[in-house]
This record gives sequence, C-alpha cells and structure tokens, in this order.
Amino acid sequence: MKKFGGPVLFLDRSDINTDEIIPAKYLTEITKEDLKPYLLEDLKLPGFDPKSSETGKCRVVVSRANFGCGSSREHAPWVFEVNDITAVIAESFARIFRQNMFNCGMAAIELSKEDIDCIFSFAGAGETVIDIDMNSCTIRAAGGGRVESFNFIISPFDKALVLAGGWVDYADSRY
Amino acid sequence: MGKTTAEKIFAAHLVDEPFPGTRVLRLDTVLCHEITTPIAIDDLVRRGKDRVFDAKKIKAVIDHVTPSKDSKTATQAKILRDWARRHAISDFFDIGANGVCHAIFPEKGYIRPGNTVIMGDSHTCTHGAFGAFAAGVGTTDLEVGILKGVCAFREPKTIRFNLKGKLHKGVYAKDLILHIIGRIGVNGATDRVIEFHGESIDEMSMESRMTLCNMAIEAGGTSGICMPDMTTVVYLWPFISSEFPSKEAALAEYSKWRADDDAAYETVTDIDATLVEPAVTFGYKPDQVKTVSEMAGEPVDQVYIGSCTNGRLEDLRIAAGLLKGRKIAPAVRGILSPATPKVYSDALKEGIIDIFMDAGFCVTNPTCGACLGMSNGVLAEGEVCASTTNRNFMGRMGKGGMVHLMSPATAAATAIEGKIADPRRYL
Repeated sequence: MKKFGGPVLFLDRSDINTDEIIPAKYLTEITKEDLKPYLLEDLKLPGFDPKSSETGKCRVVVSRANFGCGSSREHAPWVFEVNDITAVIAESFARIFRQNMFNCGMAAIELSKEDIDCIFSFAGAGETVIDIDMNSCTIRAAGGGRVESFNFIISPFDKALVLAGGWVDYADSRY
Repeated sequence: MGKTTAEKIFAAHLVDEPFPGTRVLRLDTVLCHEITTPIAIDDLVRRGKDRVFDAKKIKAVIDHVTPSKDSKTATQAKILRDWARRHAISDFFDIGANGVCHAIFPEKGYIRPGNTVIMGDSHTCTHGAFGAFAAGVGTTDLEVGILKGVCAFREPKTIRFNLKGKLHKGVYAKDLILHIIGRIGVNGATDRVIEFHGESIDEMSMESRMTLCNMAIEAGGTSGICMPDMTTVVYLWPFISSEFPSKEAALAEYSKWRADDDAAYETVTDIDATLVEPAVTFGYKPDQVKTVSEMAGEPVDQVYIGSCTNGRLEDLRIAAGLLKGRKIAPAVRGILSPATPKVYSDALKEGIIDIFMDAGFCVTNPTCGACLGMSNGVLAEGEVCASTTNRNFMGRMGKGGMVHLMSPATAAATAIEGKIADPRRYL
C-alpha cells in the first residue's frame, strides 16, 4: 500500500477538470514519468503557481466539489503520482477520476463540506501537513499550531483496490 | 417493482458482487483509441499478459490525431496498430478508414440495445443512444477490460427526464442537452445514469440521440440512455437483418431493454421541449448556458463544426442548409471536420462539401483534432471559437483560447455573421 500524507496543496475551487490537471497536448507522452513537468499547468487560481517550490513539496491535494470532472484521461492521477501526490481530498469527485485514482492504488477521499471548510481554514497559516490512515479511515491535519481530525468513509471495494495496489492485480487474481 | 434500462443491463451482465454496491459486469464491447490505449498495452506487455479476452469484441480506431502530426503521435498510432495486428483485431480502423470513435463505431453497427460498452474516453456515454449501458473509463479499467472482459461499477441510480412536446424549428438535440446541463449543473448527474424519454426524443433520429447522450458526461453522468424503438431498429437493420425475420421481431427483442413503466428513479423531471431555445455556453464550464438571444453579437475568430457530438451527416446537412449560397464573414476561419469517412463521402455526394467550401470553410479529414486542442484548428491566446464540440474548458482548444458550445445551425449562422447569431433567421 502506498503512503498517504504530507504537505497540502490547497486548490480552492469546485469543478477542477482533468484538462486543467494535465492539458490534452501532453497526452501524446508514452510514459507516465514524462508527464511530470506539466502538473496543473493550465489551472488558473489566485496565488497558485504550478511551478513553485511549495507546489513541488506537496503530497496531498485538498479541493472542493466535483474534482476531476471532464475527460477520462488517467494521465490526471498519473501526473499526481509522478509528482508524489498520492491522495486527493475533496467534497466530491467526478466518477471516472475517482475510480482511476483507486484503480491506480491511490486515494480519492470525500469529506463533508464542513470538514473541507475546516481544512481550508488551515490555508495561509504556514505549511499544513495531513496524515491519512487508511485502516482507521481517519485524517489528521496539522498546521499553524492547530490540529484537527476527521473521519471518512471509503467503500470496501475502493479500500480493497488500495490494499491490492490497484485494479489490474485485483482483477487478475479473481476473474 | 420494475427496472430501469441500466438495472436490466446490470442484472443481465453481472459476473460478481465482491462487495455490496459494487457490480463487476461482463462486457459486450471494448472500444479503443490511440491516446488512452497504448499505456494499457505497454503495461500488459510489461506484466507478461499481452492477451485480449476476445478479439471480436474489441474495436479500435486511430482518431484523436490522424494523420499523425509528429513522432510522438506516430508512435502512439504505431503501438495501437501493431497491437491490433498482433491480436488479429479485425475491427481496426486506420488512415483512409478511420473516423471519430463515437461516430464510426455506431455507424458500423457495433452497438446494440442491452449492450455493456466501455472505452478509455469520457464521451463513451454517446452509445447509450442505442439503449446500451456505455461508460467512459480510465486506462486501468480499459486494460482490465481488454484482458478480462469485465469492468466494475457502482450500482446505478437513474435520473429520468421526460421531454414533453416538440422542439421548435431551429432547436436541436444539442440545444436540449445544453439546456439540461445548464439546469442540473456539471455534477448534476455524477454517478447517475440519465434516461431520456418523451415525444421529442421519440421523434429524434439516432444521430440526434447520440448528440444528446454524448454530453451526459458534461453533467457528470455515467451513461445517457434512450429507449430502443423502431428508429433504433431501422438504423441497425443493415447489420441485424440476418438475425431477425422482420423489423418487428427485432423491435420485440430489443424492447425488453426499455425501462419498465413502474421503474424506480431517483428523480423524474419534466421539461417542456417547446420552451427550449437555441443554446450557447458563455464561460468555461458546460453548465454556463444562455439562450442565443442573450449571447448574440459576441465576436468569434473561428467556427468549428465536427466532433463526436456534432460531426455526423445530419449535422452537416443542417449547417449546409444555412450556408447554401452564403459566404462566411471575412474575419472568421471556418473549419469543417466530417466525423467519419462515410459522413465525408455522403456529404460529397449530396453536394454538402461544395456548399461548405463555397462559403469559405476549410474541410479537414475526420479526426478529433481541434476539439481537445491537439491539431487541425488549435486556437491562439485570446482567440474565440464557436464550436459544435462538447467542452468549453479553459484552454481546451488551445492555451488561452475560449470556446462557445452550440448547435451546428447556430455555428453556421455565427460563421455567416462573424459573431454569435440566431440560426432561426436563416431557416
């Protein structure tokens, strides 16, 4: 199982689409590693710079509703993965993106709007670090001298995919 | 309790229920293109599992960038081509025979009522027009589909729209689906199947139903679904005539996939189709929709007619109806991309291509190209395109460019005037 946790990248907008996560012109790359420089290249958010060193340090993305909508491109989870971001926490996800994350053994975790608001209240007060425990289904957020904990629900199937390291190994052993 | 179409299809294809709420389904058809399949092929090779579950149930096309524009896209095409040959996938479409996936596969009669279909492409929901469950998936789901012929889904919830009354002249399936997305939002159907019912759907051609279902994903929908009827049977008849003694017999068989009258829906929404007007998007999300009257006068640099949404013969006929004997505005670049070689060839025979060219359009070969900013009509920074495609995301058609989504009729009127224009004055 992958390790989930680390410094947080806050993306404070709903409906962030997979074209913004990885523009289509880079879908011609044949290896996942080649996608690395293009993470979130077309995302326009106040104060956000995809090339900054802060962005480069992040290991968890926190965002709002309907994260990963649009194109089915699995290049979106892959560009996170090759940048060492293995978990996204959001109010809700587009179906294909969410499934792609779990299929790759990564985590797409949904929290209530109130919990997401609470995590966003950490933003701007120095580095925020999140730890995710997939066994107890808890998230611990720490930063600016504060600590908050959250419980999440993950479907048993999605959890099984994370534990198996993805859908190919899981399916190959069963079907 | 009756069943929705998706519930019937799920029940008939269930292979496993590893956990409550998770359904592993047997797949009737796995569709492939050269953007999302090569990495699946590469991974299967690396795992020593370079096999396919059933070469006859796999269909493949090179469509996103074709002919290849550079070494990288040529390599992607080569990986898919070599794989199709290696596994004797006979339904493979390459240069000269290739077209936009969600136009060419239905045109070949591959999608039947009651089918389960996946593809590594979000607009796979298009094929629900045939009464199928068709879902876009990522590369890993595609890889497992290729290897095992199965895919896992959550239990489907269905939302139903009843389209009452008839669409007015100048209002098309594209306007209707933009109207619906504008009402329910870009995540209004997430993890849901959308069923379309009602008089205006019953009267629609298969082409229009494909336009409608194509954009279900823009509301987050897993699959759009229309009920199979005699229109479906007539469209498929050239491919199924040996399977059934008559069209009525085919209809009787396919009708079992129609939703039951007492099926349970999460929501049922009635829409008065007579109130729907030509629709145009205004921002960077497909649910930012206004009427053409509200958007009229916005200048555009380019008009693009094509794609899996609106690149079929019916779309070209409608646009040509407005363009005939007219010229597009001098400052506008008009691009037509017929979605398949058959669409192109039929349009040539009908004189439609001449009408477009006389009006000042450039006609490209069938390809996804400009829709996702890959080739054949990419925008420059600050440019605006009136487009019959499906996504207006920021940068979608080129970094810094803007897209207004609309019907082929509205796109043609806009080309003539050089600014967003109401098509009804030209009908």
